[in-house]
Parts: sequence; structure tokens; C-alpha cells
Amino acid sequence: MTVAFPSDTAIVGLGESRYGRRGSITEVSEFQLLCEAIAAAAEDAGLDVGEIDGFCSFADERHEPVRIQQTLGIPQMRFSNLVWGAAGGGCSASVMNAALAVHAGICKTVVVYRSLCQGQYARFGQYRPRPIGGSYMTPFGLLTPAQYTALTFRRYMFEQGTTEQQLAAVPLTFRAHAQRNPRAIQFGKPLTKEEYFAARYIATPFRLYDCCLETDGACALIVTSLEKARDLRQKPARILAAAQASNKGWGLGPVASHNMALEDYGTTNSRALAEALFAMAGIGPEDVDVAQFYDAFSGLVLMALEDFGFVPRGGGGPFAAAGNLAWPNGTLPTNTAGGLLSEAYLHGLNLVSEGVRQIRGTSTAQVADAEISFVNSGGGAGHKSALILSR
Amino acid sequence: MSTYLPTQLPGPQPDLDDQPFWDFCKARELRIQACADCGKLRHPPMPACPACRSMRTTWRAVPGTGTVFSFTVCHYPAHASLKDVVPYNVSVVLLDGTDDIRIVSNVIDAEPDEIAIGMRVALAWDEVADGQVLPRFRRAP
Repeated sequence: MTVAFPSDTAIVGLGESRYGRRGSITEVSEFQLLCEAIAAAAEDAGLDVGEIDGFCSFADERHEPVRIQQTLGIPQMRFSNLVWGAAGGGCSASVMNAALAVHAGICKTVVVYRSLCQGQYARFGQYRPRPIGGSYMTPFGLLTPAQYTALTFRRYMFEQGTTEQQLAAVPLTFRAHAQRNPRAIQFGKPLTKEEYFAARYIATPFRLYDCCLETDGACALIVTSLEKARDLRQKPARILAAAQASNKGWGLGPVASHNMALEDYGTTNSRALAEALFAMAGIGPEDVDVAQFYDAFSGLVLMALEDFGFVPRGGGGPFAAAGNLAWPNGTLPTNTAGGLLSEAYLHGLNLVSEGVRQIRGTSTAQVADAEISFVNSGGGAGHKSALILSR
Repeated sequence: MSTYLPTQLPGPQPDLDDQPFWDFCKARELRIQACADCGKLRHPPMPACPACRSMRTTWRAVPGTGTVFSFTVCHYPAHASLKDVVPYNVSVVLLDGTDDIRIVSNVIDAEPDEIAIGMRVALAWDEVADGQVLPRFRRAP
């Protein structure tokens, strides 16, 4: 079966609230931050907020389109869509749905959004009841994403011979990128290798700085037709391809009984996704100029590098340790705004925003003449999604 | 009998799909769901066989030994009851007598620096709240 992605849509607006550490934003609500981010995205695009007629988000979003429509006085809603669970795994898929809705002609201007104030609501890093799958985790003390990702990544390390020294390159590189990005929560806070190794373990092999930030904030972006984009303020980031997939038998993966196929266990469940994505884009990983990898936990980046074919099996650790993820000299500058580890944790939507900035030429760690920008979404749990942006 | 983790930690919440698995555990029998037509084992319990799609199921006893397939040592207490318990291990055990069935569990007598992938383990039933019995493991030769 051949797959294809419509070639007539683009991301044309980026908006975000300020980003703060969990619990630092107490004077305004998460919902207000979201409204601010959406208004900023429209402003950035050069659109009136009232032109928005579609709304896309992904699992764990708390704020329904109807309330946004009501609050921001938006006259028409023609499309509203939420991607199924595994939270961050649906992030790029929400952009995909926005593009498909625009392409199909059922709406013209879609906002893709995520709000997340872990200080005003629950923390992901604490026990939560899980009605599906929880029976096989909770009684055994398997409670958080750090822990279940640690299990898959430990197996990956065993199979591929990855070392903790190699893993350290991921958070250290992204923290260095964040030192150029004033919007990053870890801006002004460089991290040394000694500090990284001296930090406490959360769940072996993950130490404190292998785990993403807990953030208060919101971000949004605007998807519309390439034709309409020509009349707008920003250089459009074309959506060359976007895809959603899950390997056969993965199910809920590590957020259940851990019975993924043996050969898939130490992966990010992205091989089927990678195949679909690059087939639709008509390019290969070697054509990518800059990448944003979903880095809720550092180890996910090493596994995803392999799953998407940027390096051969077992190549993730050596590739990172050799400096290839670093801006500006690495062969694949990655998470150039600091990522979920050092910029902010907006469930991956801030990675899409940075992917767009690289196409616009406005990143604080801009890859010269970047033409092809890759973003993947999702860590341990269910399905995954990814997208490729181009000029 | 001492429990490896505090009994305040929420236990399993059986539903119509997996009640037999937990009932067998209460009887200290580890039985894995199997297809009554093609015989393929599957876990967690689910209504149909992914291999042949039959919805006729049975429950097959397994030896109760296995090897550690992966593990993590949890240092951060993500539930209030674990504050004085960390560090503890969570281990994924690949069960003997199956091609690929794993269960998430704990190796109750392995120190954090002892546990390793490939370690041989055997069932050590552990009674927790409300008479529920959990399949945990201890080191085996």
C-alpha cells in the first residue's frame, strides 16, 4: 500500500504562555495561560482569533474546544478533535489531524494546543490510579513514567551495550542548547558532567537530569492551507508528512504488563511509524537537517535515533557521545531549544514549535539553511506520532 | 509472611477480563491465559487471541520460574507508603514454559546492586491486603 500526505498545509503561527516550574504560576489559571497562548499564536500568524474554526489537541488536555470558543468569542467551530491516549504520543498526530481537516476543506484555520500546569493539577511523576493496565503495575510499585521507561531503556542498554557515559551526552547537550534560549526554564543554569553524575537516581539508570521538567505553561500553533499562508505574516513551515502508528502487539506497552514483542521491547515503538513517515515524505533520515526528539527521559532519544533509522541498531549511544546531537557542529543538531529536559514540558508541543522556528530561521540555536525539520512525539506508552516540516 | 512493598500500595483491581488470573493468584497458582483453540499464551488477559482471534479461552499453569528480562531500582517514592521503603526493585520476569510471556514483579531478596538481567528467579507468593496474593519472585539457582 502506498501512503501519501497532502502537500497543501502549513504551520503559520506559534504562541506560548510564559513557561515556569511546576507550582510557580499561581496568579492565573491553566485555562487563562491556554487562552493567552492561542491569542499569541493567532497574532504571530497575523490572523484574528475569530478566524479559528478548528481545534485539535491530544490526550490529557483538560480544556475543551467549546470553552475556548466561548471564552475567546470565536464565531464558528467546524472541527474539534482529540487524539487517543498515551498523552505525548498523540502530539504530532494532533498536527496531522489539523492538516487533514484543512486539506479536506471542512475548516480553514485550526489551532493545535496543549496546556499543562502540573502545579495546579496532578503531577505525572506521582502515583495515579490507572483503571486499565494498573493492576499489572501498581501492586509492584511500578507507578511513574520514569520507572516504566527505565525498564525499556535498561533492556535497550543491555542489548546494545550502551553506557551511562553515553547517555549523559543527551541531557548535557540539551542543557547547553537551553543556555541560548531565554524562554527555557533551565536558561542561565548550565549543567556539568560532574553535577549530572552526582545527582540522585530517580529510577535506575535514570538520574534526576535524565528526567524532564515539570512545567506550568501552555502553547499553541496555527495550521492552515499553504494558499492562505501566502497572505500571512510568517514564513510558512510546510507539513511535508505527519504520521501516527503503533507496532503490532505493542498495546499499552510499558504502561501495562510489558508484553510487547521481545524484539520491540527496548524501543520507542516507532519502527512502523518511521516507515510510514519517511515513505510519505519521500525522503530518508539522511535528508533531515535538524531534529526534535521526544525527551521526557533522556534514554528515549537514543532509542528513537535507532527506531527512525538515523543510526544503525546499537548506534545511538556512540552517536550521542561523539557530539552529533550538538548545535552547531553535530551532524544532527537535536532539541535545539533545550527540549523537554531543559526548555519546558508541554507534552511535546513545544518541540513542534521549535521545529517550526528552525524552518523560519528564528531558533536561538539556528541550523544554517535548515530545510527539513523532524519532530517525533511520545515516549513509553501507547501509539506514537511524528512529522516532517519543510520550507 | 512479610510483604516486599507496603500493603497500603493499591492492589490489583480485577475486572471481567482478568478476574480468573487474580483468583488463581489467590490460590497461589500462576496461570496464564491461553487460547482454547490454537493454544497460544497471552498476557495481560484479553478477550480474543491475537494469533487466531478465537474468543475461547483457558488458563494454563506455568512452572513459576523465570529470568529477569529487565529491571529498575526505584529510588524516588512516588506513593506516600513507599517513603521508607526505597530503594526497591521492579523487575520484568520472562517466564519459563512460555515463548515470551513476562510479568511485572519484584525480586524480593535481591539488593539493588545485585539484581541483573538474566538472573534466575522463582515464585515467592506474597499476601497483601484483602487476601490478595501477588506473584513476586526470589532468587533461584
